[in-house]
Order: sequence, then C-alpha cells, then structure tokens
Amino acid sequence: MSPVKMTARGVNVYYGDNHALRDVSVDILDKTVTAFIGPSGCGKSTFLRCLNRMNDTIPTARVEGSITLDGQDIHDPAVDPVQLRARVGMVFQKPNPFPKSIYDNVAYGPRIHGLARDRAELDAIVERALTRAALWNEVKDRLSSPGTGLSGGQQQRLCIARAIATSPEVLLMDEPCSALDPIATAQIEELIDELRQTYSLVIVTHSMQQAARVSQKTAFFHMGQLVEQGDTTKIFTNPSDRRTQDYITGRFG
Amino acid sequence: MTDAAAAPRPIDWADPRLLVRVRRRHGRDAWLRAAGLTALGLAVLMLAILVGALLYNGWAAFTQTHVTLEFEISPQRVKPEDPGAGNFRAIVQEAVYGLFPEVTSRRDRRELMEMISSGAPYLLRDRVMADPGLIGRSLRMAVPVSDPFDQLAKGLIDRNTPESRRRVSDAAMARFDRLVAMGLVSRPLNVGLITNADSRFPELAGLKGALWGSFYALLVCFLISFPVGIAAAIYLEEFAPRNRWTDLIEININNLAAVPSVVFGLLALAVFLGWFGLPRSAPLVGGMTLALMTLPTIIIATRAAIKAVPPSIREAALGLGASRHQVVFDHVLPLAMPGILTGTIIGLAQALGETAPLLLIGMNAFITQAPDGVMSPATALPTQIFIWADSPERGFVSRTAAAICVLLLFLVAMNATAIYLRRRFAKQW
Repeated sequence: MSPVKMTARGVNVYYGDNHALRDVSVDILDKTVTAFIGPSGCGKSTFLRCLNRMNDTIPTARVEGSITLDGQDIHDPAVDPVQLRARVGMVFQKPNPFPKSIYDNVAYGPRIHGLARDRAELDAIVERALTRAALWNEVKDRLSSPGTGLSGGQQQRLCIARAIATSPEVLLMDEPCSALDPIATAQIEELIDELRQTYSLVIVTHSMQQAARVSQKTAFFHMGQLVEQGDTTKIFTNPSDRRTQDYITGRFG
Repeated sequence: MTDAAAAPRPIDWADPRLLVRVRRRHGRDAWLRAAGLTALGLAVLMLAILVGALLYNGWAAFTQTHVTLEFEISPQRVKPEDPGAGNFRAIVQEAVYGLFPEVTSRRDRRELMEMISSGAPYLLRDRVMADPGLIGRSLRMAVPVSDPFDQLAKGLIDRNTPESRRRVSDAAMARFDRLVAMGLVSRPLNVGLITNADSRFPELAGLKGALWGSFYALLVCFLISFPVGIAAAIYLEEFAPRNRWTDLIEININNLAAVPSVVFGLLALAVFLGWFGLPRSAPLVGGMTLALMTLPTIIIATRAAIKAVPPSIREAALGLGASRHQVVFDHVLPLAMPGILTGTIIGLAQALGETAPLLLIGMNAFITQAPDGVMSPATALPTQIFIWADSPERGFVSRTAAAICVLLLFLVAMNATAIYLRRRFAKQW
C-alpha cells in the first residue's frame, strides 16, 4: 500500500451562490493513478482544480475544507500557490502549448522557478522531460519550431512534458485525452502508466474504459458529491452504491 | 391532437406560390448586393474626388520657380570679419539691375525687385555665412522668385486679364519673359516645402517647423499614453475585480473616447497652461493634450487585444506556477502586442490629424523657426494647414493643398505600418 500523498477533508466549493462541491473527502496515494469519474457537471474537474489551488484564479470561487500535501495544509499562508502549482502540476483537457518553440514550452516552468543553474542543465531538464513524455525522438531535431505546429496528440504530450519539467510530485490531468484520436489516446495512457512509477497521478475522465485501464483507485462523483471511492477493480465490478452501478453500466451520464 | 397534426399535409415544392417567394427572395438578395456596391462606389468616388482635388490644387506647390543670378560678393558690402552684417540686399539689387541696364527709374527698379523673393538676401547671407571664402568672388545662385511671378510661371495667372486686374503689370511680365528667354528661370522640386519653416512669403514658407512640432508632440503623446494606457488596460483586464466601480470606470473610458477634441483643448488650456503654467504653443503641452485623447483609444484597443488571448494560455502558465506578472509579461502581452500596436498607431494617427485642441493651446502661432525641443513654441501639421488656409496670398492656396497631401501621406504611412505589424506579429494557435 502506497503512502498517502494528498488528503482532502470536508471540501466545499462555491461559485458565487452555486454550491458546486459538497463535503468531499478523498485520499490521493503516492505512485498511484486515481481516476475521478462521473457525469458532466458533477464537480470532478472542480475538485481537481482545488488540489493545486487553480480555483483561486476564479474571482467568484470559494473553497472550504482542508486539503493537505505531505501533511501540510495547502491553504496555509506559509504555502505559496505559485510554488504549489510547480509541485502539483496540471495537464488540461485541450492541448494548450504556448505559441513558442517546443524547447521554450518545456523550459518555461524550470525557468520561472529558477530550477536550472545554466544552459546545459536546462537542456538536460528539457531532454529528460521530453523523453519521459515519449516525445523526444519525434521532436529532437526541431526543438526550435513552434509547439503549436505539432499534431494534437504530440501537443498533449508536449503539455505533459512541460508539466513534468518542474518535477512535480502530483500530476493532475483534466480529461487529457478527450480531444485526441484513439492512437494518441493509447500513447498517453501508456505514458500515464509509465509516469506512475515516479508520480502520484490524478486523472479526470469521461471514459469508463480509460478509468478501468489506467487507474488503481477510482472516485465517483455525482451532483457535486463524492458518491463512492475505492479500488478501481472493486468500483467497476462490485460497486456498493446504486448510482455508481447505474453510471458505470451506462444507465445515465 | 388533430388529424392534421397526425398526418401532415405533403409539401409541394413546385407550388407557384412558393416559387414566387423564392423569386422574391433572390430579388432582395440582388437588391442588397446592388445597394452595397453603390455605397462602396460612392465612397470610392468621394475619396477619388478628395485626393484628386488636393493634387490638382497642390501640384503647383511641389515645384518652385527660381531665377539664377550672378552675385558679386564684394568685401565692401560684406566684411569678412562679420559676414552676417553684410548688405546682402544691395548685392541682390545689383545682380538684378545688372540684368536690366535700361531700367533706371526708382519706380521701375522697385517693380523689378518685386520679381525676386524678399527672402533672397537672407538666402544669400546664409550661403555666405556657411562659406566665408565666397567673399570677394562672384557667385551664381538660384533664388526663388516672388509669389506672383511663381504663379505666372506656373500659368496660374491669366495673361489675357486686363492689366488693371492682374497682379503683374505688362512691363513686369515682359521682363520676366526676357529672363525666361535668357534661360535663367528654372522650376526645380520645391525642397523648401519640407526644409523651410513658416514664412510670410509663400515662396519661402515650408513645413519644417510643423513637421518637427508634430514629431515632438506625438513623441510626448506616445511616451505618456502608451505605458499608461497599457498599464491601465492590464489592470482592468487581469487584476481588477468585477464590481460597480470597475463598471463605472469602463463606461467612463468608453465615453471619454467620444468626447469632442475641443473639450480636451479647453481642459488643457485651463490645467496645463492655467494651473501648471506650462509655456504656450509648446509641443510638450500639445503632446500631453493629445495623450489625454489617445489614452481611451489605446486602453480600449489593449483591452480588446488582451481579451482575445485564449484563456487556455493563461491557465497553462498559471498551472505551471507562473505568477500574475509572469503570465502577463511572458504570455499575454506578447500575444496581445500586434493588437496593442495597431491600436496605438491608429490612436497616434488620430492625434496627428487633431487640430482643435492645438488651436486652444496656441500651437497655431506664426513661428518662423523649427522647434529645438518640446518646450519651444511650434506649430503642428494640421494647425499649419489651418494657418495657411487662412492666409490671403495666392501662393498659400496650393501650399495648403500640398501640406494636406503631406499630412495624408504620413497618415497613410502610419496606418500601413499598423497593418504590417498586425500581419507580421499575429501568431497562430
């Protein structure tokens, strides 16, 4: 059993008057893929964005409850959200590379956090990140060409490389494959399995099969509530809640 | 449920009533197209008439009639130790009288001298002061003829008008024709239009002062409005909370862009000249006034450009742990820059053509020297046009049109730059 990396206790999120997330408590384990599943608008992306305090950037959003990373509350005044987001990286639904070169895309995080002492070290970080994201061989000869010129799947792998270049401890992925074709999806899933050796991963997905394929833990959200969580095999074969069973068998959602 | 709802009536697409509708629809399409085409044609026609009229009136001012004379720079007239104090008027007189030895009466000689620009002695003085080695030698130099003879040479004075209603007498016309026959009259490109400052004499008046005045005023305007406008837009877009106050500020900025420019002139008169005691006619004050007018344009353009940056780029940067200023400077501003620059240049082009506020702060004074800084009195291109248009001399008619052509040339160049920048720096994603 892997140690607990992040915990959430009694998390409530409000967007203005809209109570988007009700009393969610989850443990995120280290070196484990945790999948959040549930119908659209159930709050799984909202919860994901709580984990690296991205909801802070939405003026109307209000987050209550306690979330910890390695036992420290991430809302503690001693925790800087800017550093937190380097430790808890994020990959978005739609590939969003910067309109800069492939190299600059990956080097951006290390640069702003001052992780490399010189150019050679930065080069090494970029190469390692691209290699881990299974993109190095495809782009090593054109690092200075724009990242936006890559295909959709390559762009998403570039975004993963960009996120892991700061050596995050947790990697949040918000439906990373929803804009990709099946081949690119398979590549990303392979990558997720590979990254699990080092990182704690959280993936939001609409695809039940994907959750079953890549995750070890699954949490099912419905109407802003966490309905059920546990081992992926158990959730998919023997869910204890009626709503979970209805959802995974495709009766709604 | 009625039966009709249960079994819908089959549609007959060949029904004549439906066909009439289709024909009518096509007719309206054609009508809309024709209306648009007519409007466009009218707009192009108006523009062609405007430019045509300007060029027709202004072409004469792009050349200037000169007469080449032989000047004897004798040491008696010009002392080598103080060439500036020399009697250059006498030297010019001698050169002209020498060409017409038969003219001896005072009256005729005065009429003879009216042929040459009153500025000729000054041009000669400047030439000698620049090269004192000319003293004691003779110098062949082309000097401008006075405005009536310039008009005559350009065919703008009708020789068939009775002498009493003509600005040039028969005798003077005959003498001028003699100069032409001697091959002394030339009509080179009117460089003075750009290199001379304003003058009472149309043949010497140029736009140098106005060009520098406009340059300094626009420089001040840019230095104030560009950073302030961008900073205000960044704050409003990236940092300001959405509440009643920011709504109020937004409405006011939009309204400010529509305030008549003369109001800004009055404000500048009261505040910059009245309270701060800044000098009248100075490009500094002109630039500050124009900056007030340009600010809303730049703020609105910058905000639009910042809004157009996709939120996914901001999220990507924030998700990597970039702080707010890093998001703004590393991602938002570079992507918004083409739009910002376009808005700025269009704002500055507006400012370049703005006349009313400059009139109120005295940038329409008669100033015969180009400004040597932002504090010295100057005119600007549009106010210079205003001054010339107000002048009674015939020569200023064509010069006004020529000055408008110069102003339009600058405006077209600035707008072309804006288009180029937008094309050049627009990034695709």
